[in-house]
Amino acid sequence: MHLLEGEGVSIHFGGLAAVSDVSFYIDQGEVLGLIGPNGAGKTTLFNLISSCYVPRPGILKFKGKNITGMSPYKICRLGIARTFQTVKIFANMPVIDNVRIGSLFGNTRSPASAEANQQSIELLEFVGLSRVMNTPARDLTLANQKRLEVARALATKPELLMLDELMAGLNPTEVAQAMDLVRQIRDKGITIIMIEHVMKAIMSVCGRIIVLHHGQKIAEGTPQEIANSKTVIEVYLGE
Amino acid sequence: MEDLMVIINLLALVYLGWFVDWTLKQNKSKIWLFSGLALIMLAILSTLPNYGPTYSYIMMSGILMYLILTVSWTLFSGPTGYISLAPAAFFGVGIYTSAILGKDFPVLVVVIFGGLLSVVLAAIVGALTLRLKGIYFIVFTFGLVLLISSVLLWYEIRFTGTRGRFITTANNDLIYYVMLGITVLMFITSYFLKRSKYGLALQSIGQNEEAAAHMGINVTAVKIAVFSISAIFMGMAGAIMAMKWIYLDPYSAFDPFRSFLPVLMAIFGGMKQFYGPVLGAVILAFLEEKLLTEFPYYYKLSFGIVLILVIIYLPDGLVGLGQKVRAWFSRGKIALT
Amino acid sequence: MERFLDVAIAGLLLGGLYALIAMGMSLQYGVARVFNIAHGEFIMLGAMTTWTLYTVFNISPLVAVVICGPLAFVLGFIIHRTMFRKLQSLSANQGVFESNSMLASFGLMFVIQNIAFLAWGPEIRTYNYLMETVSIGGALFGARRLVTLGFAIAIGVIFYIFLARTRIGKAIRAAGQDPSTAGLMGVNINWVLALCFGLGAAMAGIAGVLISMSYPDSANMGQEYLTVAIIVVVLGGLGSIPGSFIGGFLLGIIGSIVSFYEPGLNMAAYYAIFVILLLVRPRGIMGR
Repeated sequence: MHLLEGEGVSIHFGGLAAVSDVSFYIDQGEVLGLIGPNGAGKTTLFNLISSCYVPRPGILKFKGKNITGMSPYKICRLGIARTFQTVKIFANMPVIDNVRIGSLFGNTRSPASAEANQQSIELLEFVGLSRVMNTPARDLTLANQKRLEVARALATKPELLMLDELMAGLNPTEVAQAMDLVRQIRDKGITIIMIEHVMKAIMSVCGRIIVLHHGQKIAEGTPQEIANSKTVIEVYLGE
Repeated sequence: MEDLMVIINLLALVYLGWFVDWTLKQNKSKIWLFSGLALIMLAILSTLPNYGPTYSYIMMSGILMYLILTVSWTLFSGPTGYISLAPAAFFGVGIYTSAILGKDFPVLVVVIFGGLLSVVLAAIVGALTLRLKGIYFIVFTFGLVLLISSVLLWYEIRFTGTRGRFITTANNDLIYYVMLGITVLMFITSYFLKRSKYGLALQSIGQNEEAAAHMGINVTAVKIAVFSISAIFMGMAGAIMAMKWIYLDPYSAFDPFRSFLPVLMAIFGGMKQFYGPVLGAVILAFLEEKLLTEFPYYYKLSFGIVLILVIIYLPDGLVGLGQKVRAWFSRGKIALT
Repeated sequence: MERFLDVAIAGLLLGGLYALIAMGMSLQYGVARVFNIAHGEFIMLGAMTTWTLYTVFNISPLVAVVICGPLAFVLGFIIHRTMFRKLQSLSANQGVFESNSMLASFGLMFVIQNIAFLAWGPEIRTYNYLMETVSIGGALFGARRLVTLGFAIAIGVIFYIFLARTRIGKAIRAAGQDPSTAGLMGVNINWVLALCFGLGAAMAGIAGVLISMSYPDSANMGQEYLTVAIIVVVLGGLGSIPGSFIGGFLLGIIGSIVSFYEPGLNMAAYYAIFVILLLVRPRGIMGR
């Protein structure tokens, strides 16, 4: 049984097929990359998995259970957490409270307040933000806001973590740090699916890659296979 | 002299508001001092009818009414940023409950019933308006007040052949005690809500509703629940306040100004701290009681000007101004040393 | 059948007025993003000024249109350039600005209304002008009302042509769709926003002039018309000017029909339509 499985997932906005008939799976412990040109439907696919939208048609299964059309908060409590392409932090709240929210609400087993505090502090240490714990989140740099989103997502104790362009807008040093962070999360046993434009990052971190183009899956394989695939090269260079 | 008594009682209220903020702090010192002071303030407030002239506690009841509307409005709208113009609807439901049940039931039963009926209305409204955001939510809640009052008016004229009805009145001191009781209950409820994880959830909804949902918060349920809780106090206040009047009609029971004023009072005081809206309501309601009858136009004119200035220059209200002044002084000190 | 005609014409006459009231508010929200609670006060200013001009200086209300319109425009323009411009520069984003500007317009409502109370007192004012009646299909209607309807249609059409054909009109439409892109296209966005707010105020002022010809006026009258304006604006789709035009007539006709069957229920019917519409189709009839 796959951890997450999508069968013929599609969605249309107006006349436009944002995602059409995409089938995919992710196994426990994998790091799956999702790439494709702008407007290929990557973030839309994330939004479908986290139930911002309901696929029509299509079925999503998490650990064999049908999760199609469930409320986003239930999806989160089941163990699927995400970050956002454009950061969606709780800007006026202290950094630690951002993480505490994830810890207090993100799981069916709700921890006591002190326990949630402890977990949040540990996670902030893990992503390297413990020094700015009490700063309002809006005052962080973009790189740190993205780390905060990761910490917040991890606080919900997910089995599957979806990272949407974690490295976009970061400088080379920050990209290297972010790659390290992804590996560390993987080593904790958390399955990852990530959207990324930074090719170096995705090639070195992911075990398997799916390529989307115009809402369709056009290729799937190991980083080597994708790097040598004719269709993929055409899509990227042809535009 | 009478005004001085009222002012002392108002200061006591502001202290209690500040005390709620203080109890929510992490590291507290001088616990005995501050808690003792809170008890003294409570004693001052609850014995007012024993030492103050009738005029003083009639006036206090009027001010407490605005305080209850303002603080309970802020309970939901402060953190979430959903500007509700429904307070007049919940208040009006309380008034009408009182008008209908007042002659057959004891005061407390009527008051509790007024609160409960408001909760029912709030839960329905909350469930219906979830999809509405920003300006849509605001105009919906505004329209709701007018809808209820015009339907009631039509119903009364058409089916009972009358306009308005008489109310069984209660003693002024009883009204004051009940008002104070509702206020204290509201302070305690606010304290527990702010302390709980749902207070945090409410804040996060105001900051980014989508992210809140993806963090496992049942946004819908939290919003409806807190919206309904805030309506309890408004309904109860309406039910007891009605007993001060002899006669009412739908227009006076569902006066949209009771929706606007709490919003303005909360902004004036500042919504970052719990005592901000308390301060705003207390000052403006006191001025209203003193000036509205004598200089209505000048009072409302300056009210409008102050409001515009506060929105532009003091987004955090009087409390924010106080903090700015304090920061400015402490910076001055550092420069001196 | 004759009755039907009566009801229909009465509805059109009422609708013209509603359309006129709502179009200005719609423009202010649609482009300048100010949900102007003080809109009714501009109507009141137009009406009360007309009353003064007519009773004191003996100036015809039809001339007052050319006086009150520009005056209201200048007032609105200045208010936007000072108050709302400042507020916009201090607001973190558009959503914050929308709620702040709405709240600030509450303050504006208090200010204008109470200046009017100080200037004119609380009395209800009326005057007689153009009292002739006109017979349409056997039914009699006040000529004043026909004048109002004529103005409403004329202003609606002129405004539509202005938006569709002129350079400034195109700039306004661009600003309404996307302020940031309009700014890039060399449109002075702040100027356009103030212009729209001023135009909205002018429409309210002119509506006030026309209202004063048929209805009693007082410093207190603003709220009633504000409520109607809000209902029509929502009915037509928030910010859609053609929507407000059509919505005004629609509401007028509905009001006329409801009054025919159940007098006294028309306000309740308006609010019911308003509330139900917001729940079922918040975009309104013409909303984007």
